[in-house]
Amino acid sequence: MDAPVKDKCDKCDKKASFHSVEIVKGQKTEINLCEVHAAQESKVAKAVHTPINELLSSFVKAQSGQPVTEEALCGECGQTFSQFRETSLMGCPSCYAAFEEKLTPMLERIHEGGTHHLGKIPKRSGVAEQKQAALLRMRKQLAEAVAAENFELAARLRDEVRRFEEQTT
Amino acid sequence: MTLPRITEHAGEWLRGAGPNSEIVISSRVRLARNLAGFPFVNRASLRQRQEVRDRCHERIMDSRVRLGALWVDLAESTDLDRMLLVERHLISRQHAQAGPDLPRAVAIGEDETFAIMVNEEDHLRIQVLRSGMQMAEAFEQINRLDDLVEEKLDFAYTRRFGYLTACPTNVGTGIRVSVMLHLPALKLTGEIDKVKRAARDMHLAVRGLFGEGSDALGDLYQVSNQTTLGRGESEILNDFQSTVVPQIISYEQQARQALARQRSAQLDDKIWRAWAVLSNARVIGTEEVMGLLSHLRLGVNLGRIDMVDIRTINELFLLTQPAHLQKLTGREMDPAARREARAELIRRRLGAVR
Ligand SMILES: [Zn+2]
Ligand SMILES: [Zn+2]
Repeated sequence: MDAPVKDKCDKCDKKASFHSVEIVKGQKTEINLCEVHAAQESKVAKAVHTPINELLSSFVKAQSGQPVTEEALCGECGQTFSQFRETSLMGCPSCYAAFEEKLTPMLERIHEGGTHHLGKIPKRSGVAEQKQAALLRMRKQLAEAVAAENFELAARLRDEVRRFEEQTT
Repeated sequence: MTLPRITEHAGEWLRGAGPNSEIVISSRVRLARNLAGFPFVNRASLRQRQEVRDRCHERIMDSRVRLGALWVDLAESTDLDRMLLVERHLISRQHAQAGPDLPRAVAIGEDETFAIMVNEEDHLRIQVLRSGMQMAEAFEQINRLDDLVEEKLDFAYTRRFGYLTACPTNVGTGIRVSVMLHLPALKLTGEIDKVKRAARDMHLAVRGLFGEGSDALGDLYQVSNQTTLGRGESEILNDFQSTVVPQIISYEQQARQALARQRSAQLDDKIWRAWAVLSNARVIGTEEVMGLLSHLRLGVNLGRIDMVDIRTINELFLLTQPAHLQKLTGREMDPAARREARAELIRRRLGAVR
Protein backbone atom coordinates (compact mmCIF):
# COMPACT_ATOMS: atom_id res chain seq x y z
CA MET A 1 0.00 0.00 0.00
CA ASP A 2 1.10 3.56 -0.69
CA ALA A 3 2.17 6.12 1.88
CA PRO A 4 -0.74 7.97 3.51
CA VAL A 5 -2.03 11.20 1.96
CA LYS A 6 0.63 13.88 2.11
CA ASP A 7 -0.59 16.83 4.04
CA LYS A 8 2.84 18.01 5.08
CA CYS A 9 5.16 20.26 3.12
CA ASP A 10 7.99 18.51 1.23
CA LYS A 11 10.47 21.02 2.62
CA CYS A 12 9.37 21.53 6.19
CA ASP A 13 6.87 20.27 8.79
CA LYS A 14 4.16 22.81 8.12
CA LYS A 15 0.83 21.90 6.61
CA ALA A 16 1.03 21.69 2.85
CA SER A 17 -1.57 23.92 1.21
CA PHE A 18 -0.23 23.56 -2.28
CA HIS A 19 -0.52 20.30 -4.19
CA SER A 20 0.38 19.67 -7.78
CA VAL A 21 1.73 17.06 -10.10
CA GLU A 22 4.48 17.99 -12.48
CA ILE A 23 5.38 15.90 -15.46
CA VAL A 24 9.02 16.15 -16.37
CA LYS A 25 10.27 14.00 -19.26
CA GLY A 26 7.30 11.69 -18.79
CA GLN A 27 7.94 11.27 -15.06
CA LYS A 28 5.10 12.17 -12.73
CA THR A 29 6.16 13.94 -9.55
CA GLU A 30 3.80 14.89 -6.78
CA ILE A 31 4.56 18.17 -5.09
CA ASN A 32 3.22 19.19 -1.67
CA LEU A 33 4.24 22.53 -0.25
CA CYS A 34 3.31 24.95 2.47
CA GLU A 35 2.34 28.47 1.42
CA VAL A 36 5.82 29.87 1.99
CA HIS A 37 7.68 27.13 0.14
CA ALA A 38 5.16 27.13 -2.67
CA ALA A 39 5.79 30.81 -3.24
CA GLN A 40 9.56 30.23 -3.41
CA GLU A 41 9.50 26.91 -5.20
CA SER A 42 7.28 27.82 -8.12
CA LYS A 43 9.84 30.40 -9.35
CA VAL A 44 12.76 28.03 -9.02
CA ALA A 45 10.96 25.13 -10.62
CA LYS A 46 9.89 27.24 -13.55
CA ALA A 47 13.38 28.48 -14.23
CA VAL A 48 14.86 24.99 -14.20
CA HIS A 49 12.44 22.74 -16.07
CA THR A 50 9.17 23.91 -17.48
CA PRO A 51 7.43 21.65 -19.96
CA ILE A 52 6.64 23.35 -23.24
CA ASN A 53 2.86 23.29 -22.88
CA GLU A 54 3.12 24.89 -19.48
CA LEU A 55 5.37 27.56 -20.95
CA LEU A 56 2.75 28.23 -23.56
CA SER A 57 -0.07 28.50 -21.07
CA SER A 58 2.07 30.70 -18.83
CA PHE A 59 2.69 32.87 -21.82
CA VAL A 60 -1.01 33.14 -22.60
CA LYS A 61 -1.82 33.89 -18.99
CA ALA A 62 0.95 36.50 -18.79
CA GLN A 63 -0.41 38.13 -21.93
CA SER A 64 -3.93 38.22 -20.57
CA GLY A 65 -2.72 39.65 -17.29
CA GLN A 66 -3.82 36.69 -15.18
CA PRO A 67 -1.58 35.42 -12.41
CA VAL A 68 0.36 32.26 -13.22
CA THR A 69 -0.60 29.54 -10.75
CA GLU A 70 -0.01 25.83 -10.53
CA GLU A 71 -3.04 23.66 -11.03
CA ALA A 72 -4.36 22.13 -7.83
CA LEU A 73 -5.01 18.41 -8.17
CA CYS A 74 -6.67 15.72 -6.07
CA GLY A 75 -4.15 12.93 -5.62
CA GLU A 76 -6.84 10.31 -5.05
CA CYS A 77 -9.09 10.75 -8.06
CA GLY A 78 -6.98 12.94 -10.33
CA GLN A 79 -9.51 15.73 -10.64
CA THR A 80 -8.09 19.22 -11.09
CA PHE A 81 -9.55 22.38 -9.65
CA SER A 82 -10.42 23.72 -13.09
CA GLN A 83 -12.36 20.54 -13.84
CA PHE A 84 -14.27 21.22 -10.66
CA ARG A 85 -14.93 24.77 -11.83
CA GLU A 86 -16.39 23.43 -15.06
CA THR A 87 -18.71 20.83 -13.56
CA SER A 88 -19.02 22.27 -10.03
CA LEU A 89 -18.80 18.68 -8.85
CA MET A 90 -16.08 17.18 -6.69
CA GLY A 91 -14.53 13.95 -7.95
CA CYS A 92 -14.22 12.13 -4.65
CA PRO A 93 -14.32 12.72 -0.89
CA SER A 94 -10.59 13.53 -0.85
CA CYS A 95 -11.12 16.46 -3.24
CA TYR A 96 -12.35 18.47 -0.25
CA ALA A 97 -8.97 18.26 1.46
CA ALA A 98 -7.05 18.71 -1.79
CA PHE A 99 -8.93 21.89 -2.71
CA GLU A 100 -9.51 23.12 0.83
CA GLU A 101 -7.72 26.41 0.35
CA LYS A 102 -9.51 27.45 -2.81
CA LEU A 103 -12.78 26.03 -1.64
CA THR A 104 -13.05 27.90 1.64
CA PRO A 105 -13.94 31.35 0.26
CA MET A 106 -16.36 29.67 -2.12
CA LEU A 107 -18.05 27.79 0.72
CA GLU A 108 -18.34 31.02 2.69
CA ARG A 109 -20.24 32.60 -0.18
CA ILE A 110 -22.51 29.59 -0.70
CA HIS A 111 -23.29 28.93 2.96
CA GLU A 112 -23.82 32.38 4.51
CA GLY A 113 -20.30 32.40 5.92
CA GLY A 114 -20.33 28.77 7.05
CA THR A 115 -17.00 27.00 6.64
CA HIS A 116 -17.15 24.22 9.24
CA HIS A 117 -19.67 21.48 9.85
CA LEU A 118 -21.94 22.04 12.85
CA GLY A 119 -24.47 19.26 12.46
CA LYS A 120 -25.03 15.57 12.84
CA ILE A 121 -22.13 13.27 13.60
CA PRO A 122 -22.55 9.67 12.43
CA LYS A 123 -23.27 7.45 15.45
CA ARG A 124 -20.72 4.96 14.35
CA SER A 125 -17.72 7.17 13.68
CA GLY A 126 -17.29 5.20 10.48
CA VAL A 127 -14.04 4.77 8.62
CA ALA A 128 -11.35 7.14 9.92
CA GLU A 129 -10.51 9.96 7.55
CA GLN A 130 -7.07 8.69 6.54
CA LYS A 131 -8.37 5.21 5.92
CA GLN A 132 -11.09 6.66 3.69
CA ALA A 133 -8.35 8.18 1.54
CA ALA A 134 -6.35 4.95 1.50
CA LEU A 135 -9.44 3.07 0.40
CA LEU A 136 -10.02 5.53 -2.42
CA ARG A 137 -6.44 5.13 -3.58
CA MET A 138 -6.69 1.33 -3.57
CA ARG A 139 -9.90 1.49 -5.57
CA LYS A 140 -8.25 3.80 -8.07
CA GLN A 141 -5.39 1.33 -8.57
CA LEU A 142 -7.95 -1.42 -8.92
CA ALA A 143 -9.86 0.49 -11.61
CA GLU A 144 -6.60 1.15 -13.43
CA ALA A 145 -5.63 -2.52 -13.28
CA VAL A 146 -9.03 -3.48 -14.69
CA ALA A 147 -8.73 -0.91 -17.46
CA ALA A 148 -5.27 -2.26 -18.34
CA GLU A 149 -6.70 -5.80 -18.28
CA ASN A 150 -4.15 -6.76 -15.68
CA PHE A 151 -6.51 -9.23 -14.05
CA GLU A 152 -3.99 -10.85 -11.78
CA LEU A 153 -3.19 -7.53 -10.18
CA ALA A 154 -6.87 -6.62 -10.14
CA ALA A 155 -7.77 -9.79 -8.26
CA ARG A 156 -5.02 -9.15 -5.72
CA LEU A 157 -6.14 -5.54 -5.24
CA ARG A 158 -9.75 -6.60 -4.88
CA ASP A 159 -8.76 -8.97 -2.06
CA GLU A 160 -6.74 -6.20 -0.49
CA VAL A 161 -9.71 -3.81 -0.57
CA ARG A 162 -11.95 -6.45 0.96
CA ARG A 163 -9.50 -7.23 3.73
CA PHE A 164 -8.95 -3.54 4.42
CA GLU A 165 -12.67 -2.92 4.65
CA GLU A 166 -13.20 -5.85 7.00
CA GLN A 167 -10.46 -4.54 9.27
CA THR A 168 -12.03 -1.13 9.53
CA THR A 169 -15.64 -2.11 10.08
CA MET B 1 -41.48 -4.29 -14.94
CA THR B 2 -44.71 -2.86 -13.60
CA LEU B 3 -45.45 -0.81 -10.56
CA PRO B 4 -48.93 -2.11 -9.70
CA ARG B 5 -49.06 -1.10 -6.07
CA ILE B 6 -48.03 2.40 -6.91
CA THR B 7 -50.63 3.53 -9.42
CA GLU B 8 -53.67 2.31 -7.57
CA HIS B 9 -53.67 5.14 -5.07
CA ALA B 10 -52.09 8.55 -4.55
CA GLY B 11 -49.18 8.93 -2.16
CA GLU B 12 -49.63 9.95 1.45
CA TRP B 13 -48.48 13.46 0.63
CA LEU B 14 -51.54 14.15 -1.53
CA ARG B 15 -54.09 13.26 1.12
CA GLY B 16 -54.89 16.94 1.43
CA ALA B 17 -54.68 16.62 5.19
CA GLY B 18 -52.20 17.73 7.79
CA PRO B 19 -51.70 21.16 9.38
CA ASN B 20 -52.15 24.19 7.09
CA SER B 21 -52.99 21.90 4.21
CA GLU B 22 -55.04 24.62 2.48
CA ILE B 23 -51.71 26.23 1.58
CA VAL B 24 -48.99 23.70 2.40
CA ILE B 25 -49.46 20.70 0.13
CA SER B 26 -46.50 18.76 1.42
CA SER B 27 -43.31 18.86 3.47
CA ARG B 28 -40.11 17.26 2.30
CA VAL B 29 -36.70 16.58 3.84
CA ARG B 30 -33.79 15.21 1.85
CA LEU B 31 -30.33 14.03 2.91
CA ALA B 32 -27.34 13.62 0.59
CA ARG B 33 -24.93 10.82 1.54
CA ASN B 34 -21.95 9.13 -0.11
CA LEU B 35 -20.14 5.89 0.60
CA ALA B 36 -16.67 6.21 2.10
CA GLY B 37 -13.83 5.01 -0.09
CA PHE B 38 -15.56 5.45 -3.46
CA PRO B 39 -15.27 8.30 -5.96
CA PHE B 40 -18.48 10.29 -6.37
CA VAL B 41 -20.90 9.11 -9.05
CA ASN B 42 -19.72 11.59 -11.69
CA ARG B 43 -16.14 10.31 -11.49
CA ALA B 44 -16.76 6.64 -10.74
CA SER B 45 -16.12 3.98 -13.37
CA LEU B 46 -18.96 1.79 -14.61
CA ARG B 47 -17.77 -1.05 -12.39
CA GLN B 48 -17.59 1.23 -9.36
CA ARG B 49 -21.09 2.51 -10.02
CA GLN B 50 -22.33 -1.07 -10.23
CA GLU B 51 -20.50 -1.89 -7.03
CA VAL B 52 -22.11 1.08 -5.26
CA ARG B 53 -25.56 0.11 -6.54
CA ASP B 54 -25.15 -3.54 -5.51
CA ARG B 55 -23.74 -2.71 -2.12
CA CYS B 56 -26.56 -0.25 -1.42
CA HIS B 57 -29.13 -2.79 -2.61
CA GLU B 58 -27.73 -5.52 -0.40
CA ARG B 59 -27.22 -3.38 2.69
CA ILE B 60 -30.38 -1.29 2.52
CA MET B 61 -32.59 -4.29 1.88
CA ASP B 62 -30.77 -6.06 4.71
CA SER B 63 -31.62 -3.30 7.19
CA ARG B 64 -34.94 -2.56 8.83
CA VAL B 65 -35.53 -0.01 6.07
CA ARG B 66 -36.53 -2.91 3.83
CA LEU B 67 -39.82 -3.54 5.64
CA GLY B 68 -42.47 -3.01 3.02
CA ALA B 69 -39.97 -1.28 0.76
CA LEU B 70 -39.83 -1.78 -2.98
CA TRP B 71 -36.50 -1.83 -4.83
CA VAL B 72 -36.71 -0.51 -8.39
CA ASP B 73 -33.77 -0.90 -10.77
CA LEU B 74 -34.14 2.21 -12.91
CA ALA B 75 -31.72 1.23 -15.66
CA GLU B 76 -34.04 -1.71 -16.39
CA SER B 77 -37.32 0.19 -16.02
CA THR B 78 -39.40 1.51 -18.89
CA ASP B 79 -39.49 5.22 -19.68
CA LEU B 80 -43.11 5.27 -18.61
CA ASP B 81 -42.37 3.80 -15.17
CA ARG B 82 -39.54 6.25 -14.65
CA MET B 83 -41.82 9.15 -15.62
CA LEU B 84 -44.45 7.85 -13.24
CA LEU B 85 -41.95 7.95 -10.38
CA VAL B 86 -40.96 11.51 -11.30
CA GLU B 87 -44.59 12.61 -11.28
CA ARG B 88 -45.01 11.03 -7.85
CA HIS B 89 -41.91 12.89 -6.58
CA LEU B 90 -40.16 9.64 -5.76
CA ILE B 91 -37.19 10.25 -8.06
CA SER B 92 -35.78 13.38 -9.69
CA ARG B 93 -36.06 14.16 -13.38
CA GLN B 94 -32.27 13.90 -13.57
CA HIS B 95 -32.38 10.41 -12.06
CA ALA B 96 -35.06 9.33 -14.53
CA GLN B 97 -33.31 10.66 -17.59
CA ALA B 98 -29.70 9.62 -16.87
CA GLY B 99 -28.14 7.56 -19.66
CA PRO B 100 -28.74 3.82 -19.98
CA ASP B 101 -25.15 3.15 -18.88
CA LEU B 102 -25.71 4.56 -15.41
CA PRO B 103 -26.56 1.79 -12.94
CA ARG B 104 -29.10 3.39 -10.62
CA ALA B 105 -32.06 2.51 -8.48
CA VAL B 106 -34.58 3.71 -5.94
CA ALA B 107 -35.93 2.09 -2.78
CA ILE B 108 -39.48 3.21 -2.08
CA GLY B 109 -41.27 2.96 1.26
CA GLU B 110 -44.61 1.16 1.35
CA ASP B 111 -46.72 4.28 1.91
CA GLU B 112 -44.39 6.28 -0.34
CA THR B 113 -43.44 8.55 2.55
CA PHE B 114 -39.80 7.81 1.85
CA ALA B 115 -37.57 7.07 -1.11
CA ILE B 116 -33.84 6.43 -1.33
CA MET B 117 -32.28 7.20 -4.70
CA VAL B 118 -29.06 5.34 -5.47
CA ASN B 119 -26.44 6.81 -7.84
CA GLU B 120 -28.13 10.11 -8.49
CA GLU B 121 -25.72 13.06 -8.07
CA ASP B 122 -24.70 11.47 -4.77
CA HIS B 123 -24.51 7.77 -4.00
CA LEU B 124 -27.56 8.14 -1.77
CA ARG B 125 -30.33 10.69 -1.70
CA ILE B 126 -32.75 9.90 1.10
CA GLN B 127 -36.06 11.74 1.11
CA VAL B 128 -39.17 11.83 3.25
CA LEU B 129 -42.36 13.38 1.90
CA ARG B 130 -45.44 14.07 4.07
CA SER B 131 -48.73 15.84 3.48
CA GLY B 132 -49.35 19.31 4.89
CA MET B 133 -46.99 21.08 7.24
CA GLN B 134 -45.27 18.13 8.89
CA MET B 135 -41.68 19.26 8.85
CA ALA B 136 -40.79 18.01 12.32
CA GLU B 137 -42.36 14.60 11.66
CA ALA B 138 -40.58 14.34 8.33
CA PHE B 139 -37.27 15.23 9.93
CA GLU B 140 -37.73 12.69 12.70
CA GLN B 141 -38.52 9.98 10.17
CA ILE B 142 -35.54 10.78 7.95
CA ASN B 143 -33.18 10.92 10.88
CA ARG B 144 -34.24 7.41 11.87
CA LEU B 145 -33.85 6.19 8.30
CA ASP B 146 -30.41 7.74 8.10
CA ASP B 147 -29.39 5.95 11.31
CA LEU B 148 -30.67 2.62 9.99
CA VAL B 149 -28.80 2.98 6.71
CA GLU B 150 -25.67 4.13 8.49
CA GLU B 151 -25.62 0.95 10.55
CA LYS B 152 -24.96 -0.86 7.28
CA LEU B 153 -22.94 1.58 5.20
CA ASP B 154 -19.96 3.84 5.93
CA PHE B 155 -20.55 7.39 4.82
CA ALA B 156 -17.88 9.79 3.58
CA TYR B 157 -17.57 12.24 6.45
CA THR B 158 -14.95 14.50 7.96
CA ARG B 159 -15.09 16.55 11.11
CA ARG B 160 -14.45 19.80 9.28
CA PHE B 161 -16.77 19.39 6.28
CA GLY B 162 -19.36 16.98 7.68
CA TYR B 163 -21.06 14.70 5.16
CA LEU B 164 -19.14 14.99 1.89
CA THR B 165 -21.23 15.50 -1.23
CA ALA B 166 -20.46 15.68 -4.93
CA CYS B 167 -21.57 19.31 -5.05
CA PRO B 168 -20.21 21.68 -2.37
CA THR B 169 -23.62 23.36 -2.17
CA ASN B 170 -24.84 20.30 -0.21
CA VAL B 171 -21.81 19.62 1.96
CA GLY B 172 -22.06 19.59 5.77
CA THR B 173 -25.46 18.40 6.90
CA GLY B 174 -26.43 17.42 3.35
CA ILE B 175 -29.95 18.47 4.31
CA ARG B 176 -32.54 20.12 2.12
CA VAL B 177 -35.87 20.98 3.73
CA SER B 178 -38.66 22.14 1.49
CA VAL B 179 -42.37 22.75 1.33
CA MET B 180 -44.68 22.65 -1.63
CA LEU B 181 -46.98 25.66 -1.37
CA HIS B 182 -50.17 26.55 -3.19
CA LEU B 183 -50.09 30.33 -3.63
CA PRO B 184 -52.88 31.27 -6.07
CA ALA B 185 -53.91 34.50 -4.30
CA LEU B 186 -50.39 35.90 -4.22
CA LYS B 187 -50.22 35.13 -7.92
CA LEU B 188 -53.58 36.81 -8.67
CA THR B 189 -52.68 39.93 -6.69
CA GLY B 190 -49.24 40.08 -8.30
CA GLU B 191 -47.45 39.98 -4.95
CA ILE B 192 -45.71 36.68 -5.63
CA ASP B 193 -42.57 38.41 -6.93
CA LYS B 194 -42.23 40.31 -3.67
CA VAL B 195 -42.43 37.04 -1.75
CA LYS B 196 -39.85 35.46 -4.04
CA ARG B 197 -37.45 38.35 -3.50
CA ALA B 198 -37.93 38.26 0.27
CA ALA B 199 -37.33 34.52 0.32
CA ARG B 200 -34.15 34.89 -1.68
CA ASP B 201 -32.92 37.50 0.79
CA MET B 202 -33.37 34.84 3.47
CA HIS B 203 -31.16 32.45 1.45
CA LEU B 204 -34.04 30.31 0.32
CA ALA B 205 -34.64 28.92 -3.12
CA VAL B 206 -38.10 29.41 -4.65
CA ARG B 207 -39.02 27.56 -7.79
CA GLY B 208 -42.09 26.50 -9.66
CA LEU B 209 -42.91 22.90 -9.00
CA PHE B 210 -43.17 22.04 -12.66
CA GLY B 211 -41.01 23.68 -15.28
CA GLU B 212 -37.91 25.35 -13.95
CA GLY B 213 -37.53 29.08 -14.46
CA SER B 214 -40.88 29.35 -16.22
CA ASP B 215 -44.14 30.34 -14.56
CA ALA B 216 -45.17 28.01 -11.78
CA LEU B 217 -47.88 25.75 -13.19
CA GLY B 218 -50.86 25.36 -10.88
CA ASP B 219 -49.43 28.17 -8.69
CA LEU B 220 -47.43 25.47 -6.92
CA TYR B 221 -44.11 26.63 -5.53
CA GLN B 222 -41.29 24.82 -3.82
CA VAL B 223 -39.41 26.75 -1.15
CA SER B 224 -36.21 25.24 0.24
CA ASN B 225 -33.13 26.07 2.31
CA GLN B 226 -29.78 26.63 0.59
CA THR B 227 -27.33 26.65 3.48
CA THR B 228 -26.02 23.28 4.62
CA LEU B 229 -22.63 24.11 6.15
CA GLY B 230 -22.00 25.88 9.44
CA ARG B 231 -25.51 25.37 10.81
CA GLY B 232 -27.02 22.37 12.56
CA GLU B 233 -30.02 20.44 11.23
CA SER B 234 -32.33 21.60 14.02
CA GLU B 235 -31.36 25.24 13.50
CA ILE B 236 -32.06 24.95 9.77
CA LEU B 237 -35.33 23.18 10.47
CA ASN B 238 -36.52 25.60 13.17
CA ASP B 239 -35.84 28.69 11.09
CA PHE B 240 -37.72 27.14 8.26
CA GLN B 241 -40.79 25.84 10.03
CA SER B 242 -41.26 28.54 12.65
CA THR B 243 -40.22 31.65 10.75
CA VAL B 244 -40.10 31.34 7.00
CA VAL B 245 -43.07 29.14 6.17
CA PRO B 246 -45.56 30.72 8.61
CA GLN B 247 -44.68 34.10 7.13
CA ILE B 248 -45.43 33.01 3.58
CA ILE B 249 -48.62 31.30 4.76
CA SER B 250 -49.82 34.50 6.39
CA TYR B 251 -49.07 36.54 3.22
CA GLU B 252 -51.14 34.11 1.19
CA GLN B 253 -53.98 34.23 3.72
CA GLN B 254 -54.00 38.02 3.66
CA ALA B 255 -54.05 38.01 -0.12
CA ARG B 256 -56.97 35.55 -0.12
CA GLN B 257 -58.95 37.71 2.30
CA ALA B 258 -58.20 40.84 0.29
CA LEU B 259 -59.43 39.15 -2.90
CA ALA B 260 -62.61 37.96 -1.20
CA ARG B 261 -63.30 41.42 0.20
CA GLN B 262 -62.31 43.68 -2.65
CA ARG B 263 -62.68 41.62 -5.81
CA SER B 264 -65.21 38.98 -4.93
CA ALA B 265 -66.99 38.99 -8.31
CA GLN B 266 -63.71 38.51 -10.20
CA LEU B 267 -62.66 35.83 -7.74
CA ASP B 268 -65.93 33.89 -8.10
CA ASP B 269 -65.72 34.29 -11.85
CA LYS B 270 -62.30 32.58 -11.89
CA ILE B 271 -63.50 29.78 -9.63
CA TRP B 272 -66.74 29.04 -11.49
CA ARG B 273 -65.12 29.29 -14.91
CA ALA B 274 -62.57 26.73 -13.73
CA TRP B 275 -65.40 24.45 -12.65
CA ALA B 276 -67.28 25.00 -15.90
CA VAL B 277 -64.34 24.16 -18.12
CA LEU B 278 -63.06 21.21 -16.09
CA SER B 279 -66.46 19.56 -15.86
CA ASN B 280 -67.27 20.08 -19.55
CA ALA B 281 -64.06 20.03 -21.59
CA ARG B 282 -63.60 17.21 -24.11
CA VAL B 283 -59.96 17.95 -25.03
CA ILE B 284 -57.52 19.57 -22.59
CA GLY B 285 -53.74 19.97 -22.01
CA THR B 286 -51.78 19.68 -18.75
CA GLU B 287 -50.93 23.36 -18.45
CA GLU B 288 -54.52 24.50 -18.73
CA VAL B 289 -55.65 21.84 -16.28
CA MET B 290 -53.10 22.92 -13.69
CA GLY B 291 -54.20 26.55 -13.88
CA LEU B 292 -57.88 25.66 -13.58
CA LEU B 293 -57.33 23.17 -10.75
CA SER B 294 -55.47 25.89 -8.91
CA HIS B 295 -58.45 28.27 -9.06
CA LEU B 296 -60.87 25.50 -8.15
CA ARG B 297 -58.72 24.57 -5.15
CA LEU B 298 -58.70 28.19 -4.02
CA GLY B 299 -62.49 28.29 -4.32
CA VAL B 300 -62.98 25.17 -2.21
CA ASN B 301 -60.56 26.39 0.45
CA LEU B 302 -62.39 29.72 0.65
CA GLY B 303 -65.75 27.96 0.87
CA ARG B 304 -67.01 29.59 -2.35
CA ILE B 305 -67.73 26.31 -4.13
CA ASP B 306 -68.64 22.90 -2.70
CA MET B 307 -69.03 20.75 -5.78
CA VAL B 308 -65.77 18.89 -5.08
CA ASP B 309 -63.41 18.15 -2.18
CA ILE B 310 -59.73 19.01 -1.76
CA ARG B 311 -58.52 15.44 -1.93
CA THR B 312 -60.07 14.97 -5.37
CA ILE B 313 -58.43 18.16 -6.62
CA ASN B 314 -55.05 17.18 -5.17
CA GLU B 315 -55.28 13.79 -6.84
CA LEU B 316 -56.19 15.35 -10.17
CA PHE B 317 -52.99 17.43 -10.08
CA LEU B 318 -51.18 14.09 -10.13
CA LEU B 319 -53.44 11.79 -12.17
CA THR B 320 -53.69 14.18 -15.14
CA GLN B 321 -49.90 14.08 -15.66
CA PRO B 322 -48.87 12.17 -18.81
CA ALA B 323 -47.42 9.02 -17.24
CA HIS B 324 -50.27 8.59 -14.75
CA LEU B 325 -52.85 9.11 -17.44
CA GLN B 326 -51.29 6.37 -19.56
CA LYS B 327 -50.95 4.00 -16.61
CA LEU B 328 -54.57 4.55 -15.59
CA THR B 329 -55.95 3.96 -19.06
CA GLY B 330 -53.58 1.06 -19.53
CA ARG B 331 -52.18 2.12 -22.88
CA GLU B 332 -49.50 4.37 -24.35
CA MET B 333 -50.94 7.46 -26.01
CA ASP B 334 -49.66 10.33 -28.11
CA PRO B 335 -50.24 13.87 -26.79
CA ALA B 336 -53.48 14.32 -28.78
CA ALA B 337 -55.00 11.11 -27.41
CA ARG B 338 -53.85 12.11 -23.93
CA ARG B 339 -55.70 15.42 -24.12
CA GLU B 340 -58.93 13.55 -24.78
CA ALA B 341 -58.32 10.94 -22.08
CA ARG B 342 -57.38 13.71 -19.64
CA ALA B 343 -60.66 15.58 -20.21
CA GLU B 344 -62.64 12.39 -19.69
CA LEU B 345 -60.78 11.43 -16.53
CA ILE B 346 -61.45 14.87 -15.05
CA ARG B 347 -65.15 14.79 -15.91
CA ARG B 348 -65.41 11.32 -14.40
CA ARG B 349 -63.68 12.34 -11.18
CA LEU B 350 -65.74 15.51 -10.88
CA GLY B 351 -68.91 13.48 -11.23
CA ALA B 352 -69.87 15.01 -14.57
CA VAL B 353 -69.77 11.58 -16.25
CA ARG B 354 -71.45 8.58 -14.69
ZN1 LIG C 1 7.36 24.29 3.86
ZN1 LIG D 1 -10.69 13.59 -5.57
